[in-house]
Amino acid sequence: MSRLLPTHAATFPPAATRARPRRSRSRTAALSFVSLLAALLMLGGCATHAPDQDSTAKPDTEATFPVTIGSVTIDRQPMRIVSLSPTATETLYSLGAGPQLVAVDSDSDFPPQAPHTNLNALSPDPEAIAAYNPDLVVTTADTGGLSAALAKTGVPTLVLPAPNTLDDAYAQFITLGKATGHQAEGESLARQTRDDINKIVAGTPKPAHPLSYYYELDQTYYSETSATFIGQIFARFGLKNIADGGTGPAGGDYPQLSAERILQADPSLIFLADTKCCGQTAQTVAARPGWNTLTAVEQGHVVGLDDDIASRWSPRLVDLVQAVSTAVASAGR
Amino acid sequence: MSEVPVAQRRGTGRTRPRRTRLRARTLVVALLVLVAALVGAVLLGAGDIGWQRVLAELVAEVTGGRSPLSAREAAIVWQLRVPRVVLAGLVGAALSVSGATFQGVFRNPLADPYLLGAAAGAGMAATLVVVLAPAVSAWLPAAAFAGALGGVGLSWLLGRSAGRTGTATLLLAGVAVGSFLTAIQTFVQQLNTTTIRQIYTWILGGLNVSTWTDVLLALPYIAPAAVVLCLCARLLDILALGDAEAASLGLRPGRVRLLLIAAASLATAAAVSVSGLIGFVGIVVPHLVRLLAGASYRVVIPLSLIGGAVFLIVADEIARTVLPGEIPLGVVTAFTGAPFFVAVLRSSRGQRT
Repeated sequence: MSRLLPTHAATFPPAATRARPRRSRSRTAALSFVSLLAALLMLGGCATHAPDQDSTAKPDTEATFPVTIGSVTIDRQPMRIVSLSPTATETLYSLGAGPQLVAVDSDSDFPPQAPHTNLNALSPDPEAIAAYNPDLVVTTADTGGLSAALAKTGVPTLVLPAPNTLDDAYAQFITLGKATGHQAEGESLARQTRDDINKIVAGTPKPAHPLSYYYELDQTYYSETSATFIGQIFARFGLKNIADGGTGPAGGDYPQLSAERILQADPSLIFLADTKCCGQTAQTVAARPGWNTLTAVEQGHVVGLDDDIASRWSPRLVDLVQAVSTAVASAGR
Repeated sequence: MSEVPVAQRRGTGRTRPRRTRLRARTLVVALLVLVAALVGAVLLGAGDIGWQRVLAELVAEVTGGRSPLSAREAAIVWQLRVPRVVLAGLVGAALSVSGATFQGVFRNPLADPYLLGAAAGAGMAATLVVVLAPAVSAWLPAAAFAGALGGVGLSWLLGRSAGRTGTATLLLAGVAVGSFLTAIQTFVQQLNTTTIRQIYTWILGGLNVSTWTDVLLALPYIAPAAVVLCLCARLLDILALGDAEAASLGLRPGRVRLLLIAAASLATAAAVSVSGLIGFVGIVVPHLVRLLAGASYRVVIPLSLIGGAVFLIVADEIARTVLPGEIPLGVVTAFTGAPFFVAVLRSSRGQRT
């Protein structure tokens, strides 16, 4: 390991430190330009900046700004939003706040009309974000002091981390609505999503026998337990997760399972959340050595899910819940 | 462990006992340990089948009797567990025999199989495949293999173009190539953040997804390389005297080094292609062998081959059984290997000085 560890360190530095050395040389020009711009903006004061915002603004009548969310205060309805969160991007479009977005990060691939950029959410660059002249930045993690850096340019940053429960996810819809002047839409989206999901779960026929499932994150058998956000959704259908049960501290909520353990558990359902990332399908699963002996493979209960939806907490969760419901109904017969 | 009588018998007059030939008894003991590790690892696994029933299955398989296992349990044993154990042995043997060879070629106790850019090359190639052709995971082993060999080849060419034949130049070329390829890998990965987890999983290394296909992929490279290295063990002993001495004994150090590095890199590349980057094996096993059985390469090379297999089989056994989830294999090799290594180092201090 002594030789390997430095290699790892060089390969996977913490996100905060990764981009620094490369940036120093190649972006000197950009850096000085932005500093100059910042200096000019400071000299000019806010007066030169404000009309630029108002020119595109069509203030929402129901919106009451300023709005305070946690420690973040948003003075007026944001009209130049930068989203570094694929979930927030989807949610904003569902709220009707899509036109207020000026830039979304490289992972925000839905809906297709979102203003895609190559902004990197994993190691966000405050300069690159500031270049879009945003009046609100939405992200999932305050990586590398992003919010502090943006605050210096007067831009509020809304951090909406991955939720632990469905209720947390619904609450984020409301927060995003409130922050963007779509409070009523946010509340109705949260209510609607909750109702849809509850209805699907309630409408799913109860399985004739207890069903177990294996949830696959990638083809090296990383999975997740019922303690996770997605695990809780499956638990609502009364499914038993084969990744549960005594996963020690090393396993955590996202343990890597042994193929042996999966085969021995013989899950009634297999959910593939690695169809897009890793090209897994019911066919590739059936072709794995030994897997053809599994009940789920024999009975055709290997279900491909959309990885993107499964790793986000957007209103499209309803689609995922529907897919699970269909699979449960079919396997429970 | 009776070092002293050997030294007396050979009458070398050294204060440090040095056994130059592998004794039959040592070899038999090593092979017995290997067989024990193999059987133990097949009997005990993550799936809770019961070792007695697996033993009965093994006996039934040999004698043609009735097996107590269901079809699924038989699949667990023969399609998942046995290939994984065999692959662990192959990879461990390849990495530690390559490590021993690199330590001999560079006369540097810290040398390991990844020294000349094999890890960086494989990592870069694997990253490119994951990013550019995510659906074709079957390309991953081939790409990693080519990348590992490419990295070493590049280091060799650079080292030669510097115009000197010494090992220092080659070593520096290896460092440069390694850093360069790692930089490319990090950059590509940075541009494609969605694939980071897959790349990270691959780089951590592991044998969780081992099949007979992997065994058949790796064996044709590892077996011949291991044979070549065992046959060349004496040349490593001569190289250890220094280039001038070796040349005066009729050896062409440059050519010998090329042959040894090529064979060791082939084995390393094959190992990396099926298991990712597993650290520590290549550095600790040869040293353990030296401490336990003697420093001559005619002892170190064959025993590293066996010892590496045993070490990784046991480490992988720990990785898959101690916790309900898998523990990254590299973590196990370092966590169990390092204290063991220190213990052997301390206990042998008295007799080695």
